Amino acid sequence: MTRFTVAHGRVTRPPLALATPALLGLAFLVVPLVGLLLRAPWGSFLAELRAPAVWAALRLSLVCATLATGLSLVVGVPLAWLLARAAVPGKALVRALVTVPLVLPPVVGGVALLLVLGRRGLVGQWLDQWFGISLPFTTSAVVLAETFVAMPFLVLSVEGALRAVDRRYEEAAATLGASAWTTFRRVTFPMVAPSVGAGALLAWARAIGEFGATITFAGNFPGTTQTMPLAVYIALETNPDAAIVLSLLLLAVSVAVLVGLRDRWMLAP
Amino acid sequence: MTLVLAGCGSASPADAPSNRADGSTARPNGTVTVLAAASLTEAFDKIARDFERSHPGTTVRLSFGGSSALATQVINGAPADVLATADLATMRRVAEADGGTRLAQQPTIFATNRLQIAVPPDNPGRVAGLAHFARPELRLAVCAPQVPCGRAAAEAFRRAGVIPRPDTYGPDVKAVLTLVRTGEVDAGLVYLTDVCAAGDAVRGLDLPEATSPVHDYPIAVLADAPNPTAARAFVDHVHSAAGRQRLTEACFEVP
Repeated sequence: MTRFTVAHGRVTRPPLALATPALLGLAFLVVPLVGLLLRAPWGSFLAELRAPAVWAALRLSLVCATLATGLSLVVGVPLAWLLARAAVPGKALVRALVTVPLVLPPVVGGVALLLVLGRRGLVGQWLDQWFGISLPFTTSAVVLAETFVAMPFLVLSVEGALRAVDRRYEEAAATLGASAWTTFRRVTFPMVAPSVGAGALLAWARAIGEFGATITFAGNFPGTTQTMPLAVYIALETNPDAAIVLSLLLLAVSVAVLVGLRDRWMLAP
Repeated sequence: MTLVLAGCGSASPADAPSNRADGSTARPNGTVTVLAAASLTEAFDKIARDFERSHPGTTVRLSFGGSSALATQVINGAPADVLATADLATMRRVAEADGGTRLAQQPTIFATNRLQIAVPPDNPGRVAGLAHFARPELRLAVCAPQVPCGRAAAEAFRRAGVIPRPDTYGPDVKAVLTLVRTGEVDAGLVYLTDVCAAGDAVRGLDLPEATSPVHDYPIAVLADAPNPTAARAFVDHVHSAAGRQRLTEACFEVP
């Protein structure tokens, strides 16, 4: 990658007109974190972490966010391809619909999921009657709620990359006899892979912080549906110190994962 | 009518004579911001409208939330005039914060509430009492033990000798009610007033009196109230016959 370098290899000095708002923006994002760090009860930090519920919540958060990201990849990348390449009627509308979970307050998303997949929901009642499957209050419901809010991030970033790709490579592959599927697999996908990685990381980050849709659709029970954000919210009711410790733990783990994967996936040649 | 809350606000600058004089002579005016427990939503919406009508020139801004969350907001300096919580413990936490300087007056009890079992109208789980909350095959919701309705539920289960096996711990009482309304759970433990507000959407089952603790709702003017005159007038209005009428309509019991 280029990283602030120009063709001659010299590091550019950012102009003041860019550097000032950039630093303001950075401060705005970082200062709340500093607030958390300053207010953290460092004396009782380890004691707060010793509660077994903390680790159950952290494990659940990591597992569910990862599964939600996987689910988003499996259906989200093809959806992005459809939006970028296929002749879909009313594509603008479809694209707008994909962003619905972004603008919808997550709690409303949770209610919507409940109305569809709940025990008396449009689809849920049949799942319950025919297969005895009931999603609310299960870990699967957590994964679904997180996928619902996180997938648009992946779809949008992959679609943007697909539209920016030079179509001539794909056309050349087709000319040489490659089928549409082979072209996607061997030509298109490798070219947008960094964006898929970036989108997946965004989706994962959104999923790990998910609260509203989860608590509404999946409920809140330690071990099965209580992810870290839920544990933090409940702890805030009686023990703000514990809530800060939990937030910092979640933050530390998430940042470690994101930084670790970012270099590997997104900066790949 | 206005019970004194023992142990609360003893050190508050409460009844400073100047304040008192202001309250009785000046006409309330402007905006009064009221933080109230979520369970007061229906009653306080009406009380606020009544108050605005009988005190022209005033506007009531209502903010509803979990009592603990409201208390945290007040302790961290949210600019509000009046606080009404769903339990004494939360009000006490505010009263004792910062060396007892947060409240302008002794909190007074203006309503009481009690728990009821809420079931969907057709009662699919055939729930009949607290004992059913121990059945693993039923889908059940109670409030998280950290919030007032959860503490009340824990007390009721303790008195009834039942070890509950809920499927989810709601972050507040309305969350539990929503699950009952949508039929996602067979039963939830909520307040009588929530069942009342839900109308025909849920059915309420009474708890035996012995297992059902009564919950006091305290109200107080905050020391940092931007509009103390209107705040006092609002608290007086809540205690008035008109206020009590609205509370009774919402199924609260008034002392």
